[in-house]
Amino acid sequence: MELFPMQARGIESRRHGQVLVGPVDLRLEGQGACVVIGPNGSGKTTLLRLLHGTARLSAGRIDWACSTEEARHHQGFVFQRPVMLRRTVMENLAFPLRLRKVPAGEARARARDWAARVGLAGMLERPAPVLSGGEQQKLALARALISEPKVLFLDEPCAALDGRATREIEEILTAAKSNGTRLILSTHDMGQARRLADDVLFLLGGRIHESGPAETFFNRPETPQARAFLRGDIVE
Amino acid sequence: MMKHFAVTLAALAIGTAAQAADVMKMAVTTSFNNSGLADVLLPEIMKDLDLEVQLLVVGTGQAIKLGEAGDVDAILVHSRKAEEAFVEGGYGTHRTEIMYNDFVFIGPAEDPAGIKDADSAAMALTEIAGAEAPFVSRGDDSGTHKKELSLWKAADLDPAGFGDWYKAVGAGMGAALNTASGIPAYIMSDRASWLNFGNKGDLALLYSGDPVLFNQYAYLPVNPEKHAHVKTELAGKLETWLTSERAAELINDYKINGETLFVFNAKAAE
Amino acid sequence: MVDLWSGLAQAFWLVVTLDGELVEIALRSLRVTLSALAVACVIALPLAAFVAVKRFRARRFVIAILNALMGLPPVVVGLIVYVFLSRSGPLGVMGLLFTPTAMIIAQTIIIVPLIASIAHQSIRDLWQEYHDLLISMNVTQGQKIRTLLWDCRRALLTAALAGFGRAIGEVGAIMIVGGNIDHATRVLTTAIALETGKGEFALALALGFVLIGLAVAVNLAIHWLGRTEREGAW
Repeated sequence: MELFPMQARGIESRRHGQVLVGPVDLRLEGQGACVVIGPNGSGKTTLLRLLHGTARLSAGRIDWACSTEEARHHQGFVFQRPVMLRRTVMENLAFPLRLRKVPAGEARARARDWAARVGLAGMLERPAPVLSGGEQQKLALARALISEPKVLFLDEPCAALDGRATREIEEILTAAKSNGTRLILSTHDMGQARRLADDVLFLLGGRIHESGPAETFFNRPETPQARAFLRGDIVE
Repeated sequence: MMKHFAVTLAALAIGTAAQAADVMKMAVTTSFNNSGLADVLLPEIMKDLDLEVQLLVVGTGQAIKLGEAGDVDAILVHSRKAEEAFVEGGYGTHRTEIMYNDFVFIGPAEDPAGIKDADSAAMALTEIAGAEAPFVSRGDDSGTHKKELSLWKAADLDPAGFGDWYKAVGAGMGAALNTASGIPAYIMSDRASWLNFGNKGDLALLYSGDPVLFNQYAYLPVNPEKHAHVKTELAGKLETWLTSERAAELINDYKINGETLFVFNAKAAE
Repeated sequence: MVDLWSGLAQAFWLVVTLDGELVEIALRSLRVTLSALAVACVIALPLAAFVAVKRFRARRFVIAILNALMGLPPVVVGLIVYVFLSRSGPLGVMGLLFTPTAMIIAQTIIIVPLIASIAHQSIRDLWQEYHDLLISMNVTQGQKIRTLLWDCRRALLTAALAGFGRAIGEVGAIMIVGGNIDHATRVLTTAIALETGKGEFALALALGFVLIGLAVAVNLAIHWLGRTEREGAW
């Protein structure tokens, strides 16, 4: 099942007549990590949701290499604030597998495996809601990855986490990337952007102001706004 | 071969029928049930006829309604006019008198309206109205209620014009007696319900004996022409039993605190 | 006051000697109410979940109606069911009137709006919490409802117990459709009404205390089985 290349043409999201994002034209290939950056309110979250399909398009279209229906089944999404099911860690991890009718025994085995990979092995029977912020986000990430999605969207996944948790998350992401999962994540943390990005999308006012390979963007930004942003100035 | 088969089937059918008792439903009035006579008669009916009579104890109005709707197989009530209308309307096949008891006037033991020495029911009621003493009426269109209204009429009094002292509660005999006991108030009750009533409080039996207070119970089977499913045969069996010597004996011997309540007056059914 | 003590004493005696009639009507009470509860939950819980998650224009209206139906007088329900089940009524041929089945039907109708309303609120709150996650995971409508119902189970139990309480103490509707027939459709509440009507207050109170005790016992048993007070973040 090949999802990429993905082509978004003229996509827009409008609410109450106001344009939040768009029009945006975008072509994504299937490798590496694409980091979406930009000031607050530039539409990062909305863009991710549009691409994932959980926000409705007011205009334009998104075409995957396969049908949109099939593409939905191979995507994952990690939210800024993790949504925990009111169940144990084990049950949270097994949930997406059980949804896909994976037999209970196999689901539990894979859940145990992933719990170990993200460092939650000793907490399988704990109720997920009592975990710390970092632990919950790691769980959310493992839960998204357990169904082996081809592309994973992440909306500022480390915004509420401390340094140690951030590092652990980034390690998992790097591993996922080498396993072939396409990452598309937004972030506020320029350091994280530099660490993780293979290519960058710089959003301003709901539109892609500049984009390109990470190396190019961080060292030789083209537009004045990008330069100002990288310098740390407030950009509108 | 077929004959053999048929005989076996018949034997099986009779066998299974003999296992289970027949069941029929009869609507009876609260006054009848509260007398306690049903608790005496039903087991005997079961013994003699292998018939389980399921009693629905409701007010006369509701009993008539159940009969009209065909939800019961027979009714046993005490309101002649309503019974005749029932038969005339084609809802019942006929009317068979079974027994009668009497109504009594109950009131506060100190008798503020002084009805103890009345020489007729009409006089007692006139005294109550004159004194405007609290009086509880069934107010539920039951046989008892209709009787009470006819007595007021006979005394040339119209309940519609009464003041607050006349309280129509819209309830069964027991509930009405409870209310009367709580006030305390005068009330007309059937003797059986009164004797069996457990909350007498300040009340006492003050007047009885006027022949106009006699209360006739009649048995009416529901008409199978209106409702094909009614158990006419069972209703017939019950009627025969209720008009028999056996029933006469049980009914006439039934006493509460040494007092007989009912007088059997059925003629054998045609 | 004498009646109260006398009633308590009688209740104790009836229970301790396992009085035959008491056992019969108590078991019938439980049978009717628990059956009604089971059927009502099967109807009300998925209904509540469906209304909580499905977007449709009349949603607010439906919820308002459900809430309003909680206040439906049970005796009116009894009358309506009677009219339907009566031999002169549309369902008369089924011969259900004056049977425990008719009582179960009436009680089910009475408690479905109650259970659905209470359950709906909890499910809706949980749906707000899970919304983004479940949508993102592409759940089907059925999976959505099952997930919400399972994770909400403690609150749903409360809703069910509310329904149980309403049903076990109900008397108006089952009096009409059951007929309070001795050894057939008499239950604790209708027996209490009957004894009260006969002026037998002490016995009525005794039956009342037994009824209360029964309701408490059922609630305790359910809570113990559900381990609602043990640790757990939900």
